[in-house]
This record gives sequence, C-alpha cells and structure tokens, in this order.
Amino acid sequence: MDDKTILGLTALELGRAIKEGKTTSLEACKAYIEAIREEDKKYNSYVTVCEEQALAKAKEIDAKIASGAITSDLAGVPIAIKDNICTKGILTTCASKMLHNFIPPYDATVIKKLEEEGMVIIGKTNMDEFAMGSTTETSYHGATINPRGANRVPGGSSGGSAACVAANLAPIALGSDTGGSIRQPASFCGVTGLKPTYGTVSRYGLVAFASSLDQIGPISRDAMDAAAMYNIINGRDDRDQSSTDCNDVSLDNIKSFDVKGKKIGIPEQYFGEGIEPGVKDAVMKAVAYYESKGAIVEKFDMPIVDYAIPTYYIIACAEACSNLSRYDGIKYGFRPEDATDLTSVYIKSRSQGFGLEVKRRIMLGNFVLSSGYFDAYYNKALQAKSLIKDAFDKAFEKYDVIIGPVAPTTALEIGKSLSDPLKMYLGDICTVLVNIIGLPAISVPCGESDGLPVGMQIIGKPYDEEQILGFACNYQNGSKEA
Amino acid sequence: MEITQDLVRYLEALGRIELSPEEEVKTQKDLADILGYIDKLGELDTAGVEPLSHAAGRTNITREDVVINGDMQEQVLSNAPETKDGTILVPRTFD
Repeated sequence: MDDKTILGLTALELGRAIKEGKTTSLEACKAYIEAIREEDKKYNSYVTVCEEQALAKAKEIDAKIASGAITSDLAGVPIAIKDNICTKGILTTCASKMLHNFIPPYDATVIKKLEEEGMVIIGKTNMDEFAMGSTTETSYHGATINPRGANRVPGGSSGGSAACVAANLAPIALGSDTGGSIRQPASFCGVTGLKPTYGTVSRYGLVAFASSLDQIGPISRDAMDAAAMYNIINGRDDRDQSSTDCNDVSLDNIKSFDVKGKKIGIPEQYFGEGIEPGVKDAVMKAVAYYESKGAIVEKFDMPIVDYAIPTYYIIACAEACSNLSRYDGIKYGFRPEDATDLTSVYIKSRSQGFGLEVKRRIMLGNFVLSSGYFDAYYNKALQAKSLIKDAFDKAFEKYDVIIGPVAPTTALEIGKSLSDPLKMYLGDICTVLVNIIGLPAISVPCGESDGLPVGMQIIGKPYDEEQILGFACNYQNGSKEA
Repeated sequence: MEITQDLVRYLEALGRIELSPEEEVKTQKDLADILGYIDKLGELDTAGVEPLSHAAGRTNITREDVVINGDMQEQVLSNAPETKDGTILVPRTFD
C-alpha cells in the first residue's frame, strides 16, 4: 500500500488493512514518520517524534499480529500522545520549561492499555503549557499552526493532537480535556474529539492540572475511531481512585444509530451574545439534519450558563495551584544554576520554569483559596456546581442529548489572544460546564464559517458515550451520503 | 474588588513565585479584569445550597496499601537536578 493511501485511512480502516495483510504496522509507522519530517515544520504539532522506539515496536507488533497474539481493531495503528501524558522513557514536557528534561519512569494507565492492544506511539504532541490555554500559544516549544487555516491557532490546549490528526500526520491522537481542551481544538481543526464521562478513563500518569475536571480522550478523524479508542482506554484503575467501572460502547450500535424519536435540547444561552453568526448557522444546520431524520428538537432556557466561566476558573485555578506546588526544583524538572539556598531553589525554579499564564493561574488559585476569600469564591463555586448539576439533571429528564456549539468562534488569528486573558477565558463558555459536573461530550465537525471549520457539541448523560457517539456517527454518515 | 500591588505580592509569596516588574504590572491589571468578571458569581442566589465536590457523589475510596511500582530508583533519581549516593540532594536546610 502506498504512503498516501495509508495516510488517508481512518484508524479503524488502517487497523483493518494491517490485519488483512494489505500493509503492516511498520509500513504505516514509516509513512507517518516520514510525513511528519516533511510536513510538520509548517505546523509544529509534534514536540517529540519517537522514530527509533516506534519502528522497533511496530516490528514487534507485526509479528504478534501475524501469530494471532494480538487481534485488536487498532493493532499496529500509530498514535500521537499529548505531551502531558506520561510515557516511560520518552520525554514528557507538558510544553513547559519546568519539565523540559523530564523522562517519566512509568507509563500512564492509558499508555499501558493502548500498548497492550498493539498501538504504536509515534510521538508527543504540542499543547499549552500545563494545558493552561485555549490556543497552544503558551507552549515552551512555540505555537502550533492550524492546518485548516494559515495564520490561525489550532485551539488548545490539545492543539498539537488536533492539528496532527487534521494534517494527516497521525491517524488518531490522545488529548486531555479540563475545560474544553479536546473539544475546542477538534472544533478549530475540523476533526472529532471525545471528552468521556469523568472517571471512565484513568488519570494515572496524566500530569495533573485540575483533578476534578481533567479527563483523557481521543481526537480522531471520525466518531467510529473515537468509539474504538474509548473502548481501549476506559475502565476502573486501582491507581486512580476516581476511576470507575463502565461499559464499552458497541461499535455496531453506533454505526447503525437511528435518531428517529430522539429528543434534542438546544439551550438558548449557548447561542447568545458573542456567538458568531456563522457558527450558529452551521450548528443549527446540523440540528436541522437530525430533525429531518426524525429527531425532536426543542429549545430551552438554561440561565446557569451565565455563571459557567466564573465557576470554572475558580475551581480550575484552585486545584491547579495545589497540583502545581509539586514543582519545586528538587525532585525533577528545571532548577537554575544560581539557586543556592532552599527557598531560592523553590522561588527561582518556579519563577523561571513557569510561563506567565501558569503563574497567573497559580496566583488566582491561591487568591480564591486564601483566608478571607475562600467562602466568597471557592465555596460559592462549589455551590454553583450543585446548581449546574441540578440544571443538567432537569434537562436530561426531557432530552436524550443537548446540542450547541463547541466554541463561540472559529479558529482565531495567531498572536491575538494572549494579551487579554479574560477575553480568552470567555471563549470557553460552551465547554466548561461539562467538565464541572463530569458529563461526556463530543465535538463533531459541522461545516465551515468563512472557510474555517465549525464544531457541533453533543452533550450526553453520564456514561452515555454510546448515545453521543451514535449521534455523531449518524451525522457523519449523513454528510458522506450528501 | 480592588487588586492592589500589595495583594499581587502577597499572592506571589503564597505561590513561591517572583514576577518581574513588568509581569507584576500586567498581572495586577489582568487579575483585576478576571476577578472583576468572576465577581458576577456573587449575583447567583445560592442560599441554602450545599457545596458539591464530586458530581457523582463518590467519597473515600481506598485500596490495600501495597507497593506496586517499586524497582525504579535509578529512573526516578535520573530526573532530579542533584543526587548523591542514591538520594536526592537538597541545599542545607539548617545551619
């Protein structure tokens, strides 16, 4: 099979081609690594390419597939991993100077799982520093460029994972989503991104940003690939006590999913002020498609959306400032030469090792947790969280899924966001509620606005991944027919 | 609320961070903008609402305390900026 054909296949198609002997894992990995070498100068989606390890692993997997020792749907398929997921023996920098030289002594649980299924890691992808950002511009390794729009950001924080899948430089990738970091870059780059229910995927080995919000998930070319990947990475893990037993999704059910009679809720506030008309039109066109296939669509009021951003940033920053206290220049990571006494090791390592956005969030977190402000901010946010849960519980009594845009805009121009952090935070309005109460949601490409991709967000009940993947697949099948 | 330079410096101290003078000026403005917006949350009526920590209501899940990730001393130490005789070296803490 020639390289161009290989790069054009979805992960499941490539897995099938390998299984049927039309190509091999080694051939596929070589094709991708060569494409990365040639093309990624333009995008900077990878921060590390693991050529040697990948090719050795691919040979090993090819032998196991030939002997029948591995039979998974995605056996032999290359995968790109966001650089905040620990990979044993492979640099894991979180796109920060703080971890520029960190080589994890262990694998994240998701890495173990995908390797057991015979997938091959070809590289680590760029991201916002410590996953804090919505543009992949805060990376210590420099910004990633959106393959779908010159001079546009890929979104963030999993911008490298979305960009490499969009540019055919990986068939599939893993990202992490704390407030939209899988869905929003998937939307900006025109690919599919699944944020699973909190607890379905182990966070062991995911470098912690905000532990009650973080979740690992796939970024892929379509919903079927996301479903197959979800089945590989989900499950209870003793090393993450917030993880839980959950069912695999049925690929057959998703493939033949029928939306007839299904109820879709459209929250008015997801289409309010600040949402670009082109984004709104594209999403509503996708909703009209479901309606044409027999789904019942109803608009409803969800005023709590107005409090999404304050609640999210309080909780996220509070948890971040605790989680990031581990970076002290002692056990691992950056330490400047001129730090001599213990206090200066802490202060200089952190001051020089972290970028400004990370420092800002640590300071915000310390503020909302500090004496005198705790009740007015942090506790208030946890009360708001309770009301947010009530609002979604109530909505899901009536609707099977909730649909809205992923982001208010399409991909922004490079260099326009970082000077005004509040404006950047406001761009997370449609994605953060899902993280606050742990719901599953998927970003599905649904056309363009002014030539840039738009993403539709389908939100489900907890553990209802099969339904949102079914909705996504139904739409993608329909667009192929059209 | 007003974000003073003193408050910025207090937050730097809490986070063991030192900002440059330029970063400090920018941060003072950014924090004022962000907290100004976050203060909107004060309008939300939360009287009588219990704070919610885990959305699915899970608490205190434990497992047997057994070592499952031993035998990696060398790899762990290889990430430390300074080591000595199989331990991590830190600057003198007491005189």
